[in-house]
Amino acid sequence: MPLIPQPPSLPGGALLAQLHGINAEYGYLPEAELRNAANELQVPLSQLYSTASFYSAFSFEPRGRHTIHVCQGTACYIRGGDKILDKLESMLKVKAGETTDDQLFTLETVYCVGSCSMGPVIRVDGDTYGRLRPDRLSRILKKYQEQEV
Amino acid sequence: MKVRTHSDLETLRAKGISTLYPPRPKISVGMATCGRAAGATAVYDALRDEADARGLDLALVATGCIGYCQQEPLVDVRVPGQARVLYARVTPDRARELIAALATGELPAEGALAVIPDRNQVFQKKPGFLEGVPLLDELPFYSRQRKIILRNCGLIDPTSIEEYIARDGYQSLARALLELAPQEVIDEVLHSGLRGRGGAGFPTGRKWQICHDAPGQPKYVICNGDEGDPGAYMDRTVLESDPYSVIEGLTIAGYGIGAHQGYVYVRDEYPLAVERVTQAVARANELGLLGKDILGSGFDFNITIVRGAGAFVCGEETALISSIEGGLGEPRPRPPFPAISGLWGQPTVINNVKTLATVSAIISRGADWYASIGVEGNAGTVVFSLVGKVANTGLVEVPLGLTLREMIESIGGGGLDGKAVKAVQTGGPSGGCLPARLFDLPISYETLTEAGSIMGSGGMVVMDEDTCMVDVARYFLAFTMAESCGKCTPCREGTRYMHEILTRIVEGKGTPKDLELLEEIALWVKAASLCGLGQTAPNPVLSTLRYFRDEYEAHVTDKRCPAGVCRALIQLIIQPDLCTGCGLCQRECPVGAISGEKKEPHVINQELCMHCRICYDVCPVGAIEIVR
Repeated sequence: MPLIPQPPSLPGGALLAQLHGINAEYGYLPEAELRNAANELQVPLSQLYSTASFYSAFSFEPRGRHTIHVCQGTACYIRGGDKILDKLESMLKVKAGETTDDQLFTLETVYCVGSCSMGPVIRVDGDTYGRLRPDRLSRILKKYQEQEV
Repeated sequence: MKVRTHSDLETLRAKGISTLYPPRPKISVGMATCGRAAGATAVYDALRDEADARGLDLALVATGCIGYCQQEPLVDVRVPGQARVLYARVTPDRARELIAALATGELPAEGALAVIPDRNQVFQKKPGFLEGVPLLDELPFYSRQRKIILRNCGLIDPTSIEEYIARDGYQSLARALLELAPQEVIDEVLHSGLRGRGGAGFPTGRKWQICHDAPGQPKYVICNGDEGDPGAYMDRTVLESDPYSVIEGLTIAGYGIGAHQGYVYVRDEYPLAVERVTQAVARANELGLLGKDILGSGFDFNITIVRGAGAFVCGEETALISSIEGGLGEPRPRPPFPAISGLWGQPTVINNVKTLATVSAIISRGADWYASIGVEGNAGTVVFSLVGKVANTGLVEVPLGLTLREMIESIGGGGLDGKAVKAVQTGGPSGGCLPARLFDLPISYETLTEAGSIMGSGGMVVMDEDTCMVDVARYFLAFTMAESCGKCTPCREGTRYMHEILTRIVEGKGTPKDLELLEEIALWVKAASLCGLGQTAPNPVLSTLRYFRDEYEAHVTDKRCPAGVCRALIQLIIQPDLCTGCGLCQRECPVGAISGEKKEPHVINQELCMHCRICYDVCPVGAIEIVR
């Protein structure tokens, strides 16, 4: 018998599925929800926290209403993905990883969304936009800004 | 309904044929992620609305990706009794015109890329039918391709198991379960010569045999769909466009090794793939093609889908296992290999998406058929995502043994905008950059490794004269540094140091001594890292040092970036005699460094300029010069 009692093993993928569920509902992982999930899954909170902090899909901070992922995959990068990021940072007045003051957008980079033939590419929430040029970005942002009005 | 017999499969096949080739006009829109990124959703909506407005009775289907992404949005139109006609770069306006043409019964030749003959039908293009439009296989992009893994992609409705079955789907599973013993299934895969398409190229049959022979129950099979290499999207396409081919392959693998539980681990960045596989597993369960006593054979098999959460290292098999178990996605030393001790310490086979999609083609057609494709020791086909600075981007499946030149020049159509191709990068962050003078190399696991790159899972990024190879190396090291899980020191610290040195070099602060230091650290990281991520992370550095040392030397000695990319080493100026004063660059400059009166030459404030080159890209008259 192990000296330190081992936590019961979970069904495959159960822990990640739980974290995805919370993330889908709140857009991030609130502490109270993590505590509930730890109780529900019968795992230590520390395990949940350490797992959640390992993966880039999860955040412990509230996010903007829309998340913009700027692809920095190889094909996007060599076709100007870095300039798309520069332009968005200047338009939104935030750096990658930050949320705009009006809480509308969170700007993130991602290493490849798998639309390499369309590079450079950004993804806003579930929508992917390809064959971008910096001068096409304002029209895309406007679409989301107008939804709020 | 539960599928119990061959005749049940035939019933589904008939249903699939009736939707594949309906007695009314049918329009299929390529709506995998790449198609959507090109605007396919708006095209689909326009087709639907226009058809509704005209009261036209037609079948409108969202299909997957046919591979020629350069030409997206792609729409194919089939009039009963005729071949499918594929239209390229379709806009919503163009979509409405197509509906109007369809209403008159006459398809336009304009915008038609190719004609796709219906499968299993002897097709001869009728004289006069779309004069001058080639058959799909006659296009340079397709003529050298041989589709096995991508056999259904873009041709069927990915949500229809009936259409999958109509194109010979589940014949392999039926043969395996009803005619072959598990050992015979393994032998078939072994004799086919199939090697793991995830990149390492380990013989699939041998892996299955080891797991089959390993003591211990239960056993598990896992499909690795954690395609993390930036610049690669083969697995996404297969999962989105033909999910049943993977599920069938996984079920066969389970039967071969004696596992009753399978997992499909899909990358978080691929939401549509997750959706498609989830839907396919549910449907297969409904029909009894998963679950208890499949096809009345007594074999039980279930599949659980696990969605990753954004960690590149989870593509490494031991890290992936840990991630499924609910832990951190950290690798562990091998041996023991997962085939002996994997998920929860049990014997586990992990196969790539493309490997499993191949298995579901091999069992029904036989090992000899597969072994006859490709070259000695490298049987079969591989899929590459041909992207970057190449004229024809897309997904390409070719027999092994084709040369890089055939890939890039014949299929890819050469450089983008007619520019000279300088290098090709294969294998993602684990691979290397090969120079144009090596393009006559045939593509095989061994040749690419000897040349300093790797086959990898299939990323093939073409680079031209405007790509800086030092910056590319820095880019990859930034990637591996960020994605290193941090468990072992050589990878965690080594990638950081290499990135630091490369950053110094691209900023013009490097010295010739840095090149030696870089090489030395690279060799240490390669030798001493725990898992594949660290062991291969130096490849982009070592291969560029080997083939593009002159570019490194220009950076450290002359403080010059020959490609005009590295921001600290270039200056942007507006040539007053060319500038028309249109103001576009002024509007697009992210830092407000450009000023000037309308219709007068503009100037760039060098103090403010961040050298991003957006002005260079947007200038309609080419008035911006990069001083290097």
